[in-house]
Amino acid sequence: MSKGKYDIKSFPGFRAITLLCLFILYAPLLVVTVYSFNDSQSLTVWEGLSWRWYADVFTGPESGKFKEAARNSFVIAIVAATTATIIATLAATAMVRGGKFKLRSISFGLISLPLMVPEIVTAVAVLIFFNSIGFERGLMTILISHIAFCIPFAYLPISARMQGIEDTYEQAAMDLYATKRQAFTKILLPLMMPGIISGFLLAFIVSLDDFIITNFVKGAGVETLPTAIFGSVKQGLKPNIMAISTMLLSVSVVMVTISYFVSKSDNTK
Amino acid sequence: MSDERENAIDVREAVKRYGDFTALKTISLTIKDNEFFTLLGPSGCGKTTLLRMIAGFENVTEGEILLYGQEIENLPPYKRPVNTVFQNYALFPHMTILDNVAFGLEMRGNSKADARKRAGEVLELVQLSQFAARKPSQLSGGQQQRVALARALAPQPKVLLLDEPLSALDLKLRKAMQIELKHLQRETGITFIFVTHDQEEALTMSDRIAVMSAGELQQLGEARDIYERPRNMFVADFIGETNLLEVSVDAVEGGRAKCHLGGGHELTCNAVDEIGAGSTVHMSVRPERLFMSDAPTESESLKGTVKENIYIGTDLSTIIALADGPDFIVRTSNSDRGIKRIFEPGSDIYVNMEQGAARLLID
Ligand SMILES: Nc1ncnc2c1ncn2[C@@H]1O[C@H](COP(=O)(O)OP(=O)(O)OP(=O)(O)O)[C@@H](O)[C@H]1O
Ligand SMILES: [Mg+2]
Repeated sequence: MSKGKYDIKSFPGFRAITLLCLFILYAPLLVVTVYSFNDSQSLTVWEGLSWRWYADVFTGPESGKFKEAARNSFVIAIVAATTATIIATLAATAMVRGGKFKLRSISFGLISLPLMVPEIVTAVAVLIFFNSIGFERGLMTILISHIAFCIPFAYLPISARMQGIEDTYEQAAMDLYATKRQAFTKILLPLMMPGIISGFLLAFIVSLDDFIITNFVKGAGVETLPTAIFGSVKQGLKPNIMAISTMLLSVSVVMVTISYFVSKSDNTK
Repeated sequence: MSDERENAIDVREAVKRYGDFTALKTISLTIKDNEFFTLLGPSGCGKTTLLRMIAGFENVTEGEILLYGQEIENLPPYKRPVNTVFQNYALFPHMTILDNVAFGLEMRGNSKADARKRAGEVLELVQLSQFAARKPSQLSGGQQQRVALARALAPQPKVLLLDEPLSALDLKLRKAMQIELKHLQRETGITFIFVTHDQEEALTMSDRIAVMSAGELQQLGEARDIYERPRNMFVADFIGETNLLEVSVDAVEGGRAKCHLGGGHELTCNAVDEIGAGSTVHMSVRPERLFMSDAPTESESLKGTVKENIYIGTDLSTIIALADGPDFIVRTSNSDRGIKRIFEPGSDIYVNMEQGAARLLID
C-alpha cells in the first residue's frame, strides 16, 4: 500500500507543501540562532561571527537580571517537575491498576483537561484563585501553578508506559512473598522508570518555557527567564535576546531529545 | 498408593462466581502431599480460576480451601507457602535470571548473598547456570520456562502451581520438559498441581487427574482409571480416541449389560449402577481394544465391511461400517503387522473385542 499510485509522496504538490511547512516552522528559529552569533549592534545586518552577545548575557548590563531569572526558572522547573511527576506516577498507578472504578473516565478527563484549556483561561483562573484566598504573589504562587499544569504532561508518558506492563508481574512478585508495597517498589516502579523520566523531562521543559501563567501569577520584581526576556524585549530588541533565546532553545532541544530516547529505551534488555 | 499421607489441599464445596456467572460449581477435591496432581479440561472450564483461588489471587465465593489443614481464605498471596509458574512465565524483565530466581528467597527474608547462593543451586538443577547474568528477553521460550520453574521452586514452597506451563513450547521440547518436570517433582518432593488442556500430557505426567468441564468436576482418579474406566460421556470423549456409540440396553446381569447397536448388532458391555434395562445410552470402546478377523472369534464379534485404512505413523487406523449400523474405528499397531493382516477396503470382516472392553457411560 505504501508504494504505487496511492503513495502519498506521489500526490501533486506534496513536496512543495512539506517544504513550505518546514520552512515556516524552522526558518525563524534558524534566523535567531544564526544572528545570535552576529558581531553587530543591529538585529539584521550581518557583520561576522562573534560570541559577543553571549558574553553580553553573562556580563552585560542586564546580566544580573538574567542570572536571577535563570536561577528562578531552574529552581521552579526542578521542583515543579519533581512534584508533578510524583503526583502523576501515583495517579497513573491508581488509574491503570485501580480496576474498573466508577469515575475512571471522568478522572482521566480531569487529569488531561488542562492540556486543552486555553492557557490564558487557566492563567486568569489561577490568578483569581490566589487573589481570593489572599495568597501573596511571588515564587510560591509560580511554583504551585507550575506544579498544577505540569501534572498532565508528566501523566501521559507515565500512564502510556504503565499500560504496557501486565499486572501478572506484580502478581508473580506477590506470589513470591513480596508485599503489595514491595511489588510496587521492586517491580512496577523500575519497569515504569523510562516513562517516569520521560514525564519528568517533559514537565521540566513545559515549566521552564512557560510564560503566560507565570506572567499572571508572579509577584512584582520576581522574574523567570521567559518573563525577563519579555520585559527586556519591551524596552527594545537587542541581539542579546537572540543569544539568550538560542540558549533556552538548546536546553529544550536537549531535554526533548533525552525524553525521546528514554521513552524509547528499554531497561528490560 | 498409601492414603496415610496428609492432604496438601482440601477444596471443600468451593464455588466461584463472577457477578451472576458461575465459573466453578461446588467443587470438592483433595490433593495429597507429594502428589503430581493434574487439573485437566477444555478451555474455559475453570482450571485457572481454581488455581488462582489456591494461590490467593481470587477469593472463594462459597466453601473453603485448606492448605495442610489450615484455612487459607484470609491469607494474602504473599503469606501462602504456595508458588506459581505462570502461563506466560511473568519473569521480571528488568532483572537478571539469577535475581529473578533469588527474588522469592529475598522477599522471604534471606540475606541477598544467601538468596543468590540458593538461586544459583536451583539454576543448576534446571541446567541454566550459564545464563545467570542474562535478562529474560535474551533466553529462548524453553529456557524462560525453566527459569520460571526455578524461580517458583527456589523458595521451596509446599505446593507448586503450574498453569499450562508447557503450552508455548514445541512438541519435542514439550515432551522433554514433561519428563523433566516429573523428575523434578520426584526429587523435590513438592506437591505439584499442574493445569493442562492436553489429555496426553495429563496421562503422561500425573499421579492423579481431575477432569473438569464447565466448572464441574467430571471424574477424579489415576491416569489408568480415567482412561480405561471413564465414568461419563464427557470423560470418555475428552480423554483419548474412542468409539462412542448409542446402544439400547436389553438386560443387565452380574455387572454385564446385554445391548444392541443400530442395525441390530448385539454386544455385551460393562454395566454401571445408574443404567438399567430398557434405556438408550452411550457406550465407549477404545480403538486399540478392537481387532479384526476373517471369521467370527470366541470373543464378541460384529460383522462389517472395511471402509478405509488411515496410516498414522505408529498405528494403522481402520474404519469399519457395520451392516446397517454405525462405524467403528480399529487401531492396529504397525509393529504387529507381521502378526495381524491388513484388510483392504471392501473386505468383509469381523470386528472383535475382549470382554470388558466396551463400557456403558452415564450422560
Ligand atoms: N475476572 C473474571 N470475570 C468474569 N469471568 C471470568 C473471570 N475470570 C474468568 N472468568 C470466566 O470463568 C471461566 C473459567 O475461566 P478460567 O480462566 O478458569 O478457564 P480455564 O479453564 O483456565 O481456561 P483456559 O484453558 O482457556 O485457560 C471462563 O468462562 C471465563 O470467561
Ligand atoms: Mg487458564
